[in-house]
Formats: sequence, structure tokens, C-alpha cells
Amino acid sequence: MVTADLAYYSLVAVYSAMAIYTISFVAFALDLAKRSGDAQQAAARAAKAEAVSTASVSRSASGGSTVVLDRPSGGSGAPVASGAGSPAKASSFERVAIAMMLLGFVVHVASVVLRGLAAGRVPWANMFEFSLTGTAIIVGVYLAVQLVVNLRFLGAYVMGLNLVLLAIGTVNYYVAVSPLPPALQSAWLVIHVFVAILGTAFFAIAAGLSAAQLVQTKREQSKLAGLRFMDTLPGAERLEDLAYRIALVGFVLWTFTLIAGAIWAERAWGRYWGWDTKEVWTFIIWVLYAGYIHARATRGWRGARSSWLSIIGFAAVMFNFSVVNVFFKGLHAYSGL
Amino acid sequence: MARSSDRDGSDATRASSSTAGTDTGLTDTGLTDADATDIGGDPLRPSDHVDSVRPAVADGPGITQPRLGPLGYLRFFWRQLTSMKTALFLLMLLAVAAIPGSLVPQRTSDPNGVVQYRTDHPDLFPVLDKLGVFDTYSSPWFSAVYLLLFISLIGCIIPRTRHHLEALRARPPKTPARLSRLAGYRSITLESAGGSGDASITTARAVEAARAQLKRAGYRTQVFGDSVSAERGYLRETGNLVFHSALVGVLLTVGVGGGFGYSGQRVVVEGQTFSNVLGSYDSFNPGRWFDESQLSPFSVALDRFSTEYAPDSAGAAGMATDFTADVTAQARGGDAEKTQIKVNAPLSIGGSNVYLLGNGYAVDVTVRDGEGNVAFRDTVPFLPQDTNLTSLGVIKVPDALPRQLGMIGFFYPTAADNGTGALTSTDPDTTNPVLSLNVYSGDLGLDAGVPTSVYTLDTDGLTPLAGTDDDAREKAVQLTPGETATIPDGLGTITFDGVKRFASFDIHHDPSQVWVLLFAGLSFAGLLTALFVPRRRVWVKATETDEGVRLEYAGLARGEDPTLGRAVGDIAKAHLGGLGVPSDVAREVADDPARHDVEKPGPGTGGRGRKI
Ligand code: HEM
Repeated sequence: MVTADLAYYSLVAVYSAMAIYTISFVAFALDLAKRSGDAQQAAARAAKAEAVSTASVSRSASGGSTVVLDRPSGGSGAPVASGAGSPAKASSFERVAIAMMLLGFVVHVASVVLRGLAAGRVPWANMFEFSLTGTAIIVGVYLAVQLVVNLRFLGAYVMGLNLVLLAIGTVNYYVAVSPLPPALQSAWLVIHVFVAILGTAFFAIAAGLSAAQLVQTKREQSKLAGLRFMDTLPGAERLEDLAYRIALVGFVLWTFTLIAGAIWAERAWGRYWGWDTKEVWTFIIWVLYAGYIHARATRGWRGARSSWLSIIGFAAVMFNFSVVNVFFKGLHAYSGL
Repeated sequence: MARSSDRDGSDATRASSSTAGTDTGLTDTGLTDADATDIGGDPLRPSDHVDSVRPAVADGPGITQPRLGPLGYLRFFWRQLTSMKTALFLLMLLAVAAIPGSLVPQRTSDPNGVVQYRTDHPDLFPVLDKLGVFDTYSSPWFSAVYLLLFISLIGCIIPRTRHHLEALRARPPKTPARLSRLAGYRSITLESAGGSGDASITTARAVEAARAQLKRAGYRTQVFGDSVSAERGYLRETGNLVFHSALVGVLLTVGVGGGFGYSGQRVVVEGQTFSNVLGSYDSFNPGRWFDESQLSPFSVALDRFSTEYAPDSAGAAGMATDFTADVTAQARGGDAEKTQIKVNAPLSIGGSNVYLLGNGYAVDVTVRDGEGNVAFRDTVPFLPQDTNLTSLGVIKVPDALPRQLGMIGFFYPTAADNGTGALTSTDPDTTNPVLSLNVYSGDLGLDAGVPTSVYTLDTDGLTPLAGTDDDAREKAVQLTPGETATIPDGLGTITFDGVKRFASFDIHHDPSQVWVLLFAGLSFAGLLTALFVPRRRVWVKATETDEGVRLEYAGLARGEDPTLGRAVGDIAKAHLGGLGVPSDVAREVADDPARHDVEKPGPGTGGRGRKI
């Protein structure tokens, strides 16, 4: 039977993807470990070079404008040559990790496509399919963002998050392919849910950056001596900028999700807004991120404080996807459980 | 100050603002105070916005401030209410206040859930009910939070709009004395004589070329002596204001506009016709300003209701995959029109929408009473109880003589013995329809004037005749279509004439809906504009030095602007190209703001820059 075969191959593919992702995750972790070693050496080198560095900084202070020399090191002490987002040479671990991630992504996408073919519709109509497609989109967005800025240091986070979500999705929520209930037969399923997942992917990456920023801030205040690999990451402020820009994209997508959801609710349920639990949480998330945007624009809130909001926002997204879907009662009871 | 200064993006703004938390403040950036007012503060923003000038301490309403008059207090509170911190606080509060409504059922969306909650938590319920959590979104505390937020919002929009209108007419600010500390700074010295440069390059010509170029690129320009000051991206602030104002629009239209509409429910059995008049609704929720004349006259007759089920092979046997209501719709003065109503595809008629929200079975029953008269002949909708459409319904026969009759019935579309002698339905389709009735006699209490639901029968005080009740003399009456059974005690007969399907329709009229959508769309457009149109200032300066004409380029981000550095580079490249500078040199200046400036570091600020 064709449907079952396709669904079976899809499942084989997703398990393969998870295996490959695991290799990628380990390689990313090893890369971070290696960065710690590198950072230590670099710190030693930098200590020697201190005299030179001081000289150049003072020269720039006297009115020069040399950007290279003018790059202060942040509060953490030794400036580290390989850090701060400069396209440092990738370690071999990192190259393996990225290669495995790409390979895993290809297999993962194949799994998503097979599932869609098996069902004869978009593969995001129940919890299992949300997890399957959502994680693929997270990796896809991460790889796409990678083309613009170097976020390799987040690889372990992205792979780790992905593996956890995929494992929960396939082990706990796997369901056989089934047709769509009438309420889901709408073009809005394609648009609204896809954009929501896409927004989630941006929020996920932003939250990772915000978490890194928090750690980096602590380090720059010299409160955290460990985690040497953090020296190879961009400074807290650069991390904050990146997190903010990525969260903004997520926010725009989420705003669209909210509006599209209301339009669909009007079509399907006869009212555009009814404070259904899922609607409530979508709204809460939207307000949290609006808060985050304001926090960044508020004196005294920029920095670590605002980044907490980004993390809380993403936690709410995950809550909305998991707990609200599974335990809360509401009209959005399509999780296929 | 301990923060980095990658010289691109909005860091220059930050240098002049976020570091205001430290004592070094603006002077760190090498700007004079005059420069600071030019480039740093933004009067459009609330005073605790990161881009706004920090108010001098003396201005602030400190604790030691001498008495404030009533007006002073008012102004003080207004300023507090419209500050960024308050907006932020209220937003967070709104998020938190919305949570309880998702934890307990809401009267508006799940009234049965509320009833259930009361049964399950008899102690907790009254407390929570006092707090209003079962009506969270219309509770005083929730309303208070969003109303305060919107007052704050309006208080924020008005002054900013006023300032923005002024800013739209204002000229770009004076060029700062020293550009070298600003974002994307680049400089180059074009040797005027003896070199490869174009001997005719003068500061005036360079400045004019820059002005023309920036103007073409959409900048508003102003020449100050030997420099051009340019600004663009007013649209960003416009977008921000449109976004925030449209949010107010959404709130107003949702809050006020909803009051002019109505919604109602009606169950229509195949063959029946619904007319849009108040009396024909099963339940009706008018808006605050509703009046009956708003009910536009139309009718919808349900000709046929059909359901498609997933084939057994799909692994979801019995699951409904499609509902279709074939109807004949007629608006006043219009022709009757055959059409369909489906889930996700409502019928729009007479300014209202008719949605298909539910369906089920209705049974045709005839009851003859003890005297042989037809006391009841009707089609009774039964409400579905499970996915296989076991349905529950009530038949009341107040006209039966000598005693009134009441029945509680179960309808099984595909009846099967569940092993204990009781019936269940094993499929939602009517493969083996069976109607099972518990029959009671006595006073149904319909004459007391108390409204009773057509879906419930209060059996207190009634005599059980047939059914599961221990006192009942006979087992429940079980009928297949066409069968007739006698009622015990010689009280008559019941005939199960047949089964029909019903559709339950929601009829909804909300004239404000399109306005809500309009404002939501406007706010989305405003958001995109506000977030992705860069607002920036750019300066091009030409100075006559001993070695030639020195050109300097710099920019300043106003708000998030990740591409500012590159933009200044592009401007420099185009400008130099226009002046006849070889393109490889122009490109080098554009590409790397860092390198060209270190070739001949000299004392002071002059004499720096690449020479060609
Ligand atoms: C209903 C509540 C509100 C929501 C949902 C909201 C949402 C947003 C969003 C999404 C942005 C980013 C868009 C942009 O940068 O233009 C923003 C920016 C902004 N909002 Fe609000 N806002 C609300 C209330 C307020 C209030 C009450 C104020 C006044 C204190 C305010 C002042 C601002 C300012 C000044 C910005 C610009 C921030 C920046 O420069 O990055 N907002 N708001």
C-alpha cells in the first residue's frame, strides 16, 4: 500500500536524520571544547602582545580612526584574536559538524516530503508532523542565516534543541497518516501554520543568541571565569544585536500568524477572535516579544534584562506548542493525539 | 566604557546613548556638546528611550523637588504613564493577566466547561468566580491593564506625531565638527596638484556632487559650508506611528464595533427552512446597540446534508472528511439560489454570514396518545455524544391524553450490542439505525412559565414507564425506522418514521469586522516599514588641506540599522567615481574603512587619509 510505504520511508528517513544530527551535535560540542583550548592559547599570546595593543589603542584615542586597532576587547580583559565574529578559520570539528548538519538536513527534508506525499497534503496537521516539519525549518533557517552571519557557535544549541524536539515528536506523538478533518481543509492551514513555524524558528535562534549574550555579559563583568570558549564568540553587544535582528523577523512573522489565524478563525468558526486557549497563548507570545522590542529601546533595560524577555518569549512559544496542545482544552484540538 | 565598537551598524548611536549610563557619556565619542544635540538625542521619543537625550537631573521630578502644584502632579503622572518603562511594564502585565483565562474555562468560549468546573471544584469555584477568571477577558482587572496601556499608547503617539510632522519639514542638522568618530567613517585625500588626481576637483564641486547624489538617493540634503548633511528614512518613524495608531484602531473597532452586530445559532433539519427573524433562533447574542431592524430578511432552506467518511484503507475509518450542506438561499427581493455551505466556506447573504458549525441526526417520530389521536408528529434533533454519533435527544408530548408523555432517547446510527446487552454505535454512518427511548408520564412542567431547554427533560416527579429506570415496568422501547411500539399502561404508541440529518448554523453579522481587518493590515504594513526602512544621517565633507582635497564620509544610524556601514561605503564609492577617481581606488575606500587611514598617521586630525 503506497501511503503506508511512503510514511514508513519517511520514518526511516527521520531516524536517519536524527542519527546524522547526533554526529553533528557531538562535533559541534567538540568544536566548542577545542575553542576553549584555542582561547587559552590565544589569551597567552595576547598577554604578550599587550604592550603593542595598548599603544595602538592610545593612538586611536588621540584622534586616529583606525578601526582595526580601535576594537576594544570588552571588559573581560584579554582581547582574543580569533574572536568577535571575525571569520576565524573553521576547526575540522566544525567542518564535520556543518557537513553532517547539511547531510542530516537533506535527509530530514526528504522525510518531510515523503510524509507530505504519504498524506497527500501539507505535512503539518498534527503534533508529530509539527515536530517533524518544525525542526526541519529550524535547521533550514539556521543554515540560511548562516549565509549572512557566522553563527556556527550556535550549532550545538540548534542541533541539541532539534534532537530533543524530534525525539519527543517521533517517540511520543507518532501517528499514522490520516486525512484532514473538515475544519483543517483550508488554504490557511498552509499559510498560517507554516508562517507560525517559520516564526518559531527565528525565535529559537534568537533565544539561543540571547542565552549566549547573557553568559557573555557575565564574562565581560568578569563574573564567570570558566567557559573559555565564550572568548571565541562575539561580544555580548554584538550577540544582542544579532538576537534582536533575528527576533524582529520572528516578530513580524508572528504578527502575520496572529492576523492570519484570526482570518481563518472567522472562516471556520464564525468569529475572528474568541480567546480560545491557543489564541490566548499566541497573543501572550506576541505581547512578550513586543515587550522585548520595547525593552531594547528602554534605557536601563537594554542588555541582559531585555535578553531575558527573548528567552521567556521562546519558552512561551515552546509551551504553546507542547503543553497547550497536549493538555489544554480548546478549539485547536487537532493535535492528533 | 567597556563596550565594543565595530564601526558599522548602529554602534555610533549606542556610543552616544547606551553608555549614558556611565559618566563618560557623549564625550567618549569625541563629540562636542553641540554635536551631541545634533546627532544624539531624539526629541520624538519618550524620555527614557535609549535614543533620547537624558534629561538633565534638575529637570527630573526628584524626591527633593519642592512642592508640585496639582498641574505639576498631573504632568508628572502623565509623563510617567507615557514613558517607555510604563509601556513595557504594562505590556508584561498584559501578558501575565492573559494567562488565567487559558487555565480555566471561559464563559464566552466554553460555558459547559464552566459548569463542569463548578461541579469539579465546588470550593474553589466561588472564589475564582468572584475574581472574574471565568470571564477573564472582560474582567475589570484585565480591562484596566489594556485600557491603561492604550492610554499610554495614545499619550505616546500624539506628541510623537506632532514632532514627526515638524521633523518632516525640518532640514537636516548641522554637520558635526568631527566625523571621524561616527559610523562607517572613511576618508581620502585627493591630491590637487602634481598627482594623478583631477586638478579641477574643488571642495565646492565635491560638495555639490555629493549633494546631488544624495538627493537622487532619496536623502533630504542641506549644505553647510564645505559639507553636506543628509537624512533619510522618515518613513521609519511614519511606519512606527502608523503601527501604533492602527493598534488603537484595532482596539476601538473591536471594542465598539462589535456592539452593532449579532450572532445566533439555529439547528436546521433537512427539509426545514431558517428565516432570519428573532423568533427562529435557538439562541441569540445581540450586540450592545443591536436592534431588530438589523436582521436583514433572508432565508436558508437545508435541502440535503451529506457527510463523507474516510475509506477504511486510510487508517482512520469512520473519520468524517467532508461535510456539505446543500441549501437554497434567498435574500429579500432576490432569486432563490441553490448553493452550498461547508466548514471553512460560509455563505454570505444579506450582509450576514452563515457558518456550518455542527451536524447530527434528527429522528422523525409520531406519537399517538391513549385516546388514539396523533399527539405529536415532528422531527427532533438529537445531539451527538461521541465520534460515532451516538446521539441524545428529548421528546416532549404535552398534548398527550390522558397524561403528558416525555421521552429521553438515544439514537445509534450503527447500533451494536456492546456485550453487556446495552447498545453502542460503532460507526457514524446510518448502517443499522436504532432509536431507544425511556418513556415517562406525568406533568412535564411546561405550563409553569419557566423556560426549559428542548434538550433536557426533568424526570423528577414523572412516572417511569419504560427504560433503564428501576421502577420502569418494561425495558426501553427500541425501534428501527418504520417500526411502531406501544407505550405501557395503554398510553399510546410511538412510531419511528425515519432519520434525517441536521446542520447547526451560526449566523453572524459584524459590520466592524472589515474595519478590524483594515486596521490590522495597516498595523502590519506599519510594522514592516518601521522595522525595515533604515533611518540614517549621512555626511560628506570636503576640506582643503595642504596636500589636496580631503573627503570624509560618515553616517549615523537612528534606530536599528545593520547596513549603515556598507551604505556609507557605497555612497563614498559612487561619489568618488563621479569625481573621476579610478574605480579600484574608490572600491578600496568603500570596502574597507579601516585600512586607508593608517598610512600616514600624523599629529592632529589633519593630513590623514589615503592620498592618490
Ligand atoms: C499596545 C501596546 C504596544 C504594542 C503592541 C507595541 C508594539 C511595538 C512594536 C512591535 C514596536 C517595534 C516597531 C518599531 O520599531 O516601530 C514598537 C516600537 C516602539 N514603541 Fe510600542 N507598542 C505598544 C505601546 C507603546 C507605548 C505605550 C509606547 C509609549 C511609551 C510605545 C513606544 C514605542 C517606541 C518609542 C518604539 C520605537 C522603539 C525603537 O526605537 O526601537 N509603544 N512598539
